Amino acid sequence: MGPRRGLKLPDSEIAVHNLKHHFADLEQQKATSTFGMWLFLVTEIMFFGGMFAAYLVYRLSYYNAWVAGSQTMEIKLGAINTVVLICSSLTMVMAVHFAKLGNRKLTALCLILTLALGFSFLGVKAVEYHGHWVHHEVPGPNFHFEHEGNYDPRQVAMFFSLYFAMTGMHAVHMIIGAGLLTWLLIANARGRFSTEYNSPVEMVGLYWHFVDLVWIYLFPLLYLISHHHNG
Amino acid sequence: MSEHAHPTIKTFVAVWATLLVLTALTVFAATLELGPFNAIVALSIATVKALLVMLFFMELRYSTALTKVAVVAAIFFLMLLLGLTLSDYMTRGWSSYINPFR
Repeated sequence: MGPRRGLKLPDSEIAVHNLKHHFADLEQQKATSTFGMWLFLVTEIMFFGGMFAAYLVYRLSYYNAWVAGSQTMEIKLGAINTVVLICSSLTMVMAVHFAKLGNRKLTALCLILTLALGFSFLGVKAVEYHGHWVHHEVPGPNFHFEHEGNYDPRQVAMFFSLYFAMTGMHAVHMIIGAGLLTWLLIANARGRFSTEYNSPVEMVGLYWHFVDLVWIYLFPLLYLISHHHNG
Repeated sequence: MSEHAHPTIKTFVAVWATLLVLTALTVFAATLELGPFNAIVALSIATVKALLVMLFFMELRYSTALTKVAVVAAIFFLMLLLGLTLSDYMTRGWSSYINPFR
C-alpha cells in the first residue's frame, strides 16, 4: 500500500514507492492493473448480462404487461439522470487527465464534481423509487396495479421486480463508486499520486464509466422502447 | 508503449457533446410510433453511445491488444448468452416432435 499515515513523499519518490517488486517497471505494472480491472469489468458485464437476459425473455413472454409497466416510468427523470451520468463521466475522465498531469487541485475539483453528480443521480433515483412506493408499484403485499388490457397484473409485478433488481444493482454500484471517489480524494489530498503513478485514479475511472455503460442500456430498455406501444 | 497518443480535453468534450446529442435523439425517437423499430433504434443509439464511452472515456482505443481481446471476448460471450437464450424462448412454440419420455 501507500506510505504510512502522515509520511509525505516527494513527487519523485511516489512512483518508486508504489512499484511492487514483482513488476519490472511502472509501465508493466500499469498494463497489468488495466488488464486486471478490465477482467473484473468483464465479470460485471456477465453479471448484469444475466439480468438483461431475464428482462428480454420476460418482455417477450409478458409483452402487454411489460408495456404497461414501462409506461409508468417518468421519461423526464430518466433522461435527466442520463445527462447527469454522462456529465459525471466527463468530469471523471478529466480527473484522470489532470492526475496524469500531476495537477492535484484540478484532480480534486473534478473528483468532487463527479461525486456531486453521482449523488444527484442517486437523489433523482430516490425520488423515482418514492413515486413507485407511493403508487403501490413495489412488488410485495402492497403491490396494486390498475390494469386495463389483456394481461395479468402479476406480470407487471415481475416487470417491477426486474426494474428494482437492475436499477437497484446499478445504484449499489454507484454507491460503491462514491466510496472509491472519496478514497481517491483523500489519497490525492495526501499527495499519493504523481505524473508517473496515478493508476488508482485511472482504475476507478474505468469502474465509473462501466456504471455509466450499464445505465446507457437500462434507460432505453426500461423507459423508452415501450413508450408508444399499446399494452 | 508509453509514447501512445493520448486523447486531449478537446476529444473528451467532443465525445461528451456527442453523447448528449445522442441522448436527446433517443428520447425524441421514443415519441415516434415506429413499431418494432422503437426498440431497434433505441438499442442502436445505446450501442453507439456505449462504443464512444469504451473507446474514448475508457481509453480502449489506446489500450494494449490483450485488453482489447478481453473486451471483445466479453461482448462475444454476452451475445452468446442473450442470443442462445432468446433463440430458445422465441422458438418454443415451433416444437412438434414427439417426446419419447412423455
